[in-house]
Amino acid sequence: MNTPTPAHVDGNAAAGVLREVFAVDLTAAVGQCDNCGCAVVLAEARLYTRAPGMVGRCPGCQAILFRVVRGPDRTWLDLRGLRCIEVSLPDS
Amino acid sequence: MARAAVLGRLTWRVGEVRALREETPTARTLILHVPGWPGHQAGQHVDVRLTAPDGYTAVRSYSLANSLANAPDAERVELTVQRVPDGEVSPYLTRILAVGDPLEIRGPVGGWFVWRPDRPEPVQLVAGGSGVVPLMAMIRTHRAASSRAPMRLLYSVRDPEAALYREELADLAASEDGPEVTCVYTRAAPPGRSRAPGRIDADLLAAATWPPEAGPSCYVCGPTGFVERAADLLVAAGHEPARIRTERFGPSGGSR
Amino acid sequence: MGIVSPGFSGRRRTADLPPGQYLTDDFPVLSAGPTPRVRPEEWSFTITTETGREHRWTWREFRALPTERPTVDLHCVTRWSKLGTHWEGVSLDTLLAGVETTADHALAHSYGGYTTNMPLADLRDGKAWIAFRFDGEALAPEHGGPARLLVPHLYLWKSAKWVRGITLLTHDRPGFWESAGYHDYGDPWREQRYWGD
Repeated sequence: MNTPTPAHVDGNAAAGVLREVFAVDLTAAVGQCDNCGCAVVLAEARLYTRAPGMVGRCPGCQAILFRVVRGPDRTWLDLRGLRCIEVSLPDS
Repeated sequence: MARAAVLGRLTWRVGEVRALREETPTARTLILHVPGWPGHQAGQHVDVRLTAPDGYTAVRSYSLANSLANAPDAERVELTVQRVPDGEVSPYLTRILAVGDPLEIRGPVGGWFVWRPDRPEPVQLVAGGSGVVPLMAMIRTHRAASSRAPMRLLYSVRDPEAALYREELADLAASEDGPEVTCVYTRAAPPGRSRAPGRIDADLLAAATWPPEAGPSCYVCGPTGFVERAADLLVAAGHEPARIRTERFGPSGGSR
Repeated sequence: MGIVSPGFSGRRRTADLPPGQYLTDDFPVLSAGPTPRVRPEEWSFTITTETGREHRWTWREFRALPTERPTVDLHCVTRWSKLGTHWEGVSLDTLLAGVETTADHALAHSYGGYTTNMPLADLRDGKAWIAFRFDGEALAPEHGGPARLLVPHLYLWKSAKWVRGITLLTHDRPGFWESAGYHDYGDPWREQRYWGD
């Protein structure tokens, strides 16, 4: 049996799949965890990528903030774990 | 300097390999020309996509190594790739890819783990292994933009052979306004070093990094275990967690 | 499709595997969250019927049941396949034998919150096990220990790690990945990866 690989990376690593869908970089946005209420920069979520999709979890309470599944011609997004997302829009 | 948020949906671009630079026996820098490249900031990364003749594809993320601050060629993209044993993409990029080949990339992405040269506060960079790549982009940007922000790098690597950008870091460290560079080794140190090989610890941090009172922005990049340890040590030393930005690398993207 | 990368072939893909799969000899660890550490003495397994009736086994009771040693092929939707893996577990036929139900659907639950659904028929007739040993050794937490569901004729996400129970339902209820784009049934030989495949 091989050694287990590191369990999670930072939410930064979801930037590519999210930028395929959104016109802004969502990883720099601040979301509110629907479970514990804390504010989380999505880049600092605990991101599990060794899975059928990407799963971003709250660094405080481990609840799921978002899920992203990339199919060959589609992306599925589940943002139920985020109560609200604040996106900074400088110069606009 | 490019804006972090370039409007429009992110799509794949085809770059051309202009040059290859062997950095260590297991790491290589790809120098690409990417027509229409929108520019990037230090710390950002790209996704690379490989496609086999039968349509099978594999996607991986790599940090951008070069600075575009005051660069003559705004369409130049440099990626440093560490070969992962039994990997699928990195052995291709470090062994098979040749000058003149096309390479599909998508980016730049990631607007959080970035350093902008207009920031005046001190900067503490902490790298583990090939986690030095995005931090090198910050060092190069610091230099190219003639930033006055005091910058320090603590670079932990297995042994001197495995150290990336060794000569460039030595040259920069020797220059008057260059960053302070401290290299430490986990397995084997060069002869004459007082510090025995080993993992980073609180004493080392106290000796080689900015104290919390200096109010530095900290950027930590490396394998997950290294980043956890370094970030914990920084917090224990009194740094505000909000001033510490981390990038754990590891398996990401997966094959699609 | 992207432009072809000269000299790139990717991992070995062979004709005797389900479409789009490559062969691996190691056992990749996939996880969507922190690995639950469940001690056998805390573990239990519960089948809940559509009427709410519960059938529960403690570890000791579960381990007193007759076991089987299936050798099966694993096909992960992330495209790796591992052939001829050796397991030991209790057949779902054994566990369902005393369970009265007219349900057609099942939803497996795990420690840590994971869920996955399948037709109840796919858990019967020697096709599924609650496995607690891999390659002759106690199942490691990374691979779902103390015990995981093993339904090898479906993509591996259906073989829920850290399984704690199965709920029998009269209506289909999509699980964790099935509610986010992945196929409701997940037959690797028909390449049912995503919704609509």
